[in-house]
Amino acid sequence: MSAMVELNNVSLGYDHRAILEGVNMKARPGQILGLVGPNGSGKSTLIKGMARLIDLFSGSILIDGRDITTIRRDELARLVATVPQSPALPGAFTAFEVVLMGRTPHLGLLRYEGGSDMAVAWQAMEATHTQSFAERRVSELSGGERQSLVLARALTQQPSVMLLDEPTANLDISHQVEVLNLVRSLCLEQGLTVIIALHDLNLAAQYCNRMVMLNGGRVYAEGTPADILTAPNIRNVYGAEVCVYPHPINKLPTTLITACPPEN
Amino acid sequence: MARTVSEAFGRPAIPYAIRPQSKVYSLLALAGLLLVVIIFAATLGSVPIPFAATFQILLSELPSVSIAPSSVEVLGGQLSLEVVRTIILDIRLPRIVLAGLVGAALAIAGATYQGLFRNPLADPYLLGVASGAGLGATVAMLIPMALPWMAFGAVPVLAFVGAAGAVTVVYMLARVGKTLPATTLILAGVALAAFLSSITSYLMIISGKELVGIVFWLLGGLHLARWSEIWVVLPVVLAGFVVIWLHARPLNVMQLDEEQAQQLGINVQRVKITLLITATAITSAAICFTGPIGFVGIIVPHAVRLIWGPDHRWLLPLSMLVGAVFLIVADTLARSLIPPTGMPVGIITAFCGAPFFLYLLRRRKGLAFF
Repeated sequence: MSAMVELNNVSLGYDHRAILEGVNMKARPGQILGLVGPNGSGKSTLIKGMARLIDLFSGSILIDGRDITTIRRDELARLVATVPQSPALPGAFTAFEVVLMGRTPHLGLLRYEGGSDMAVAWQAMEATHTQSFAERRVSELSGGERQSLVLARALTQQPSVMLLDEPTANLDISHQVEVLNLVRSLCLEQGLTVIIALHDLNLAAQYCNRMVMLNGGRVYAEGTPADILTAPNIRNVYGAEVCVYPHPINKLPTTLITACPPEN
Repeated sequence: MARTVSEAFGRPAIPYAIRPQSKVYSLLALAGLLLVVIIFAATLGSVPIPFAATFQILLSELPSVSIAPSSVEVLGGQLSLEVVRTIILDIRLPRIVLAGLVGAALAIAGATYQGLFRNPLADPYLLGVASGAGLGATVAMLIPMALPWMAFGAVPVLAFVGAAGAVTVVYMLARVGKTLPATTLILAGVALAAFLSSITSYLMIISGKELVGIVFWLLGGLHLARWSEIWVVLPVVLAGFVVIWLHARPLNVMQLDEEQAQQLGINVQRVKITLLITATAITSAAICFTGPIGFVGIIVPHAVRLIWGPDHRWLLPLSMLVGAVFLIVADTLARSLIPPTGMPVGIITAFCGAPFFLYLLRRRKGLAFF
């Protein structure tokens, strides 16, 4: 099953104060949609809205043509998995137990995890290279290991849509590439719809099929990485002076910064 | 749904599976220990009765079993079966069974509150149950009144009303729209508890000759136990345990933060409210007859967590059994150490429980609680 995610004129925020207004966008199965924008531009808020963790002020979010407010929470959790930014994990549980929690929406109140659920969780741990610490307690794990664990848990949900909020924030460069390669292969092989918020514009350029640039509570620009990542756009939105060059191998836009010359 | 992770990554063998066997053995061993402790506690008292005779008399209560001796040798003399049966079945056993029930109820409620609030300091009295019950009982002792449910007297009735009422007020104060933020709930509970305790303290000062009774009640004790009370507490505790235990997996998932639990399909607000109501009901039902016995609800779930781990599917039944054993042992000490009246069991639970808990804490230091 594949599911398109559609946002129609969405406004949302906290305590009656809108963070984002009038957002329209579409994410298609088999594609990675990147959300970029400066700190506080509403990337995380938008992801929370799509996971129905906060209510919309107006507009609607459709998954597979269905308004998410009409979907029961456990059914929504079978459709949509979220990888939150630096999530809190209970330290006394083992890594495997945390990943197995991803089966929650597939189990009723009275059903416990069976062998097939454990198989799904274990495969997700293999895919994310977390099985080596499966029996260790979460409190003993590093930030990057926990991040991978949450990704494994999201895979264990077997969703159609995956929302990722800065999934590479705590990872070194090889793990960043590994996580995003995995996300891309899931997206291509299984027709997953992926929406991913990223700070690193170069990672976004390399992995996203389309990008939405947020600024000042609105969508500033939408299009392919080459459309979005231009020096004038980045100057206007981030207020940063950068050079954008085509990548030497795949010609995707690559953002380069220049430090101020040291004063002496 | 055609697409699964196994199709994407093949189907490897699982080299890991949750091993519940050791926990099953622990449960069985604790259940056995509970029976032994019940029988042993029934032998102790101002009239010591031999273990074998006690065992035979208790077993003879089962249908179609009659192995009770015709007379029992006690303190060098012979007592007739009738007398010994009365001592065991009508005097000692109600107190032992009520101690077990209250210990189980407080331990389950404590485990539930600690899980809900993800806070090691949470105990069954966190949201004002104890101070509400205390005020209700105090009022009942000071103002002579006739209540419809007079079989138990006014004290347990008003204690229950006070306990449940206090939590209801805290709940309504802490609710923000459709949500129930944990921090607001805890702070509202602490504030209301202080407010109610201040009223209780004032009533104690002006109470005159009732003061000793109030102080004893507030410390918690089981000396008034009767079978009629057990038939009230037992169904509430059992039903409450079933409801809470059915929520063990959601409670595990809620050890993540609320947003993660929600996005894993848990209706966090509904689970929270169901568990709060249930835990409050079993706590109120338990302590309205005995007074707020301290320390069981906070220490037992922690000790169980330190030994058997944080999974609520095991934590809840193990806590129930450990709580029952612990309070029976504590109450047996309480009534044996200073005969004949004994002392409030709350003194024993804290005096004996705290050092053991500190030992566990030292042994497992550095390990996460939750």
